[in-house]
Parts: sequence; C-alpha cells; structure tokens
Amino acid sequence: MSIVVILLILSGLFFLVGAAIGMVRLPDVFTRAHALGLTDTLGLTLVLFGVACYQGFTLSAVKTVLILVLLCLFNPVITHVGLRAALRTGLQPWTHEEGEGA
Amino acid sequence: MQIFFVAVLLTTVALALVYLFRMVFGPTLFDRLLGLNGISNKAILILVLIGTLYERLDVFVDISVGYALLNLVGAVAVAKYLEMKGMP
Repeated sequence: MSIVVILLILSGLFFLVGAAIGMVRLPDVFTRAHALGLTDTLGLTLVLFGVACYQGFTLSAVKTVLILVLLCLFNPVITHVGLRAALRTGLQPWTHEEGEGA
Repeated sequence: MQIFFVAVLLTTVALALVYLFRMVFGPTLFDRLLGLNGISNKAILILVLIGTLYERLDVFVDISVGYALLNLVGAVAVAKYLEMKGMP
C-alpha cells in the first residue's frame, strides 16, 4: 500500500516539475497554457489520488477525491476562459520566425 | 512516511515560487492570470499535504474545497472583465 502511495505521488511530482519548467521556458501565453492546463492537472490528480490512497477509506479521502474531480473540471475551464479573453483582445499567437533557428 | 511528506511539501513550495516568477515578470496580463492560477493550485495541494502531515485532514480538506471554488470564480471574473473591457 505504501509503495503504491509513493509511486503515485512521485509520478505526480514529475508532472508538476515538468509543468513548472514549461511555465518558464515556453515562449508565449498560448503555449504556456498547455503547461498549466494539461500537465499541471495531471500532476495534481496523481498527487491528490496518492494522498487519498494514503488515508484509506474515510470521509477525508472521499473529500480529497472530490477536490480532485473539481480541479479536473475547473483547471481547463479557467485556462480556456483566460485564453479566449487573450485572443479576443488581439494578442497574436507565437509563430516560428523565418531565419531564426528553432 | 513523515519525512516523505515533508519532502513533497517543500518541493511543492519551490514549484509555487517558480509560478511566482512568471506572475511577477509576465510580459502580458494573461501570463499573470495563468501564474495566479498555478499558485492557487499549489496552495490547494499544500493545504492537503499539511493536513496529511498533521493527521487533521478533515479540517484542512474543507478549506481546500472552498479555495478551489473561490479560485474558479475569481479567475473567470477577471478573465471576463478583461474580455469585455477590450484591449488592455
């Protein structure tokens, strides 16, 4: 049981670190939204599911799973609304410029 | 197991500092909005981990649910305001 908890939390931390690196390294707000909307949600899901497995079958574990489901719903919604506002206020998406290497 | 959760907690705090960098030095306003959302997610995670560490998860988990709901309402309100206002 403890091995499963440690594996879930460590894999979740891997995705969270990847999302943080993407938040710093990516060039545009539209590309950074991929790091926040997809990778961060997966990392949070894995870590919270690991904590719920550590608690066993109690009311607190059920509420932790509730937070997990709420975050899976809310995080893409917030990213989508923010990016729609960015696109409608005239922010141009990043494209690859000619003559500049990658 | 206690040591493991302390390590996970410290790693999460370090990741929140990375999002704080993006929020302070973001080129546009929407970068700051995304950074705020990331910090809120990390705060929810930190609350759950503190509750696990102190063995009082039943107290901290309710605060986390409230924080998640408040995060959604605040972020959507800011984004809709910026969208209706026009060019920032």
